[in-house]
Amino acid sequence: MFDTLKSRIYQGNQFIKDIKNAPMREQFRGLPKLCNSNCNNCKDCLNVCPTGALKLNPLSIDMGKCTFCGACKNVCKTGAIDFTNFYKLSTTKRENLIITEDMTQEEFSKIAIEVRKEIKRVFGKSLKLRQVSAAGCNGCEMELNACSNVNFDMGRFGIDFVASPRHADGLVITGPISKNMAYALEDCYKSTPDPKIVVLCGACAISGGVFQQSSELNREFLEKYPIDLYIAGCPVHPLTFINGILGFIQGK
Amino acid sequence: MNWIKLKNNGKIDINSIPTLKIEQLREEIINLNLRPVAFFGKDWGNNTTKLFVVLADDKNSELNVSSAIFNQDEKCYESITQVLPSFHIFEREFYEQFGIKPLNHPWLKPLRKNQKDYKFFEMEGEEVHQVAVGPIHAGVIEPGHFRFMCNGETVYHLEIMLGYQHRGVEDLMIKHPSNRLAESICGDSVIANNLAYSKVMETLCDCKVSKRAQLIRTLALEMERAAIHIGDLGAISGDIAYLMGASVFGATRTLVINTMLEFSGSRFGRGLIELGGVNFDIDNEKIKRALETLTKVEKDVDRMVKTMLKNTSVMSRLEKTGVVSKEKAEQIGLVGMAARACGLTLDSRFDFPDECYKFLALPRKMFKGKGDVNSRFKLRHQEAMESLDISKRILEMLKNTLKEEVKTNCELNLPKDTMAISIVEGWRGEIVHIALTDMNGTLSKYKIKDPSFNNWYGLALAVRNNGVSDFPLCNKSFNLSYCGCDL
Repeated sequence: MFDTLKSRIYQGNQFIKDIKNAPMREQFRGLPKLCNSNCNNCKDCLNVCPTGALKLNPLSIDMGKCTFCGACKNVCKTGAIDFTNFYKLSTTKRENLIITEDMTQEEFSKIAIEVRKEIKRVFGKSLKLRQVSAAGCNGCEMELNACSNVNFDMGRFGIDFVASPRHADGLVITGPISKNMAYALEDCYKSTPDPKIVVLCGACAISGGVFQQSSELNREFLEKYPIDLYIAGCPVHPLTFINGILGFIQGK
Repeated sequence: MNWIKLKNNGKIDINSIPTLKIEQLREEIINLNLRPVAFFGKDWGNNTTKLFVVLADDKNSELNVSSAIFNQDEKCYESITQVLPSFHIFEREFYEQFGIKPLNHPWLKPLRKNQKDYKFFEMEGEEVHQVAVGPIHAGVIEPGHFRFMCNGETVYHLEIMLGYQHRGVEDLMIKHPSNRLAESICGDSVIANNLAYSKVMETLCDCKVSKRAQLIRTLALEMERAAIHIGDLGAISGDIAYLMGASVFGATRTLVINTMLEFSGSRFGRGLIELGGVNFDIDNEKIKRALETLTKVEKDVDRMVKTMLKNTSVMSRLEKTGVVSKEKAEQIGLVGMAARACGLTLDSRFDFPDECYKFLALPRKMFKGKGDVNSRFKLRHQEAMESLDISKRILEMLKNTLKEEVKTNCELNLPKDTMAISIVEGWRGEIVHIALTDMNGTLSKYKIKDPSFNNWYGLALAVRNNGVSDFPLCNKSFNLSYCGCDL
């Protein structure tokens, strides 16, 4: 008992106080920073990109496909590609994830999340989510678990993962959605009471990621039902996730 | 000769692998009585199938490779599982993929194609009832279906049905092999899988990796082991409602993975290892910070574990829960950490050391495991501390010596008709990657074996005669991978 208390005092408070402005290590690869005029069309980056996230003329990176591995940056001899450590990579529109030279950090922040009044009113103070891992590699899953640990402590904003879709206000989908999980995913969606939101978390969920060419996927769910929020990353960093959800339910 | 011998990270000409009749191969396997690390089929043209078998001789650090050919009309053989139960899952996989039936297999169930007509083992009786869980679980974890046969609170039998995570990784590996795909085979063993992939390809291409790069790779592997073990100590604490432990281990794990973020730009070390070496060198300033952090982590973890183990309510939940005996563990072929917790001595870092582990010459620590949750808890603690110690030693080595390039150019010029094997000890156990090339020098088969493939059955045995409510605890103490098994 006293040992436990001693440990508690020794540990102190570890939570990140200001989660919206939490500092990120400079090595983190977040929002890409592109310089189209430096690009000499050598196509080296296209050859090393594992997911085909890059396009030339003009140079662009699709964060919905990007694994943020940095291979393109390493291979680029003209310095046209760089990654900033900006981690707020969530958007309500899929096409916003395609980053070009003009899409600076400020610009992306401005357009990324379209705040809807009814979302703010219904979910602004409490959002319970059901996570469905549909062939996710456990990377995003571990990071989503980390969102609830003492450092990030997502629960203080009223955002929690719940055990049953019946208790949930929305789904968080990770993974490229295998054929074998397609039915369970749809079932889970139907079991969630309205009004509900759907969040795609990570490159696999958004585009199939490194598995996009697999014949074992069934991504029909995404065509059938509306998607409310896209959160980029491979895996999604807890700060990216929490800020994405907060931006969506509370506005800026 | 009925077997050809091979070392870890070695390659052989496929044509030099002996091809036997299946009856003869079966007899050989039973006589040798070694541990299977691979047992897989491959289309061999003209409607024939070739079965490759790799057995591990742990004492002599050797791999025994042999094969058998099945003609078009040979659609069955007498199963090996009836004699050596450790083959059960390998034979199930082979049957599912090639339709060649192992006769008298005691548990011939689908492995990944589970969606229709899966027949669960059923018990009958007035008091007996079934509990069905999954594929979607209560927590934020991967999908799988568990079916418990219970009498009141007591579990008589657990059947685990997987396959939901099947993404066709092995096929993708042939078509689009890349380090990034290897990292996504199993997201909690990013480094181990990427390392196994890199080594198997480097072995094929005769690519040499600098010593400094090898040390950085091993550092990352040991940090991954430490981080996951600490995280799982927290998860076990959480499952026995000892929230103090869950919080402290959660926070200390963050320190380790954030150090990894400093090294590689990703908390799990994604993007670090590449064919030919590593993408990031570690400068002295980062080394200094990492050494400080890891020392603090060592101290915090040790302190918390000691506090926990003094607590009687903690011990009453951990001790004698989820026991797998040493005999059973050996029979069903458990590997890695789960096997060591049962008292077996299996660790491919020592049994099949690569160049870097040979260079480090680590002392092999023994663990007197009893196979219960308590043993797995203590073993995780021991291994986490050990890994932190190894990481610190490597960081000291990297500090001022061995200033050399960390990446060489690795051209993917694959040799013809060759097989290469790489075994890496991830935090769960041995991760085996095997690559085969054809006569044109292109990849024709890529086989991955995750330790979970062997160990899921161990979990099923562990929960027998335990309360249903202890299942999450048993599960966390193993923490097996769904995607690693389903591929």
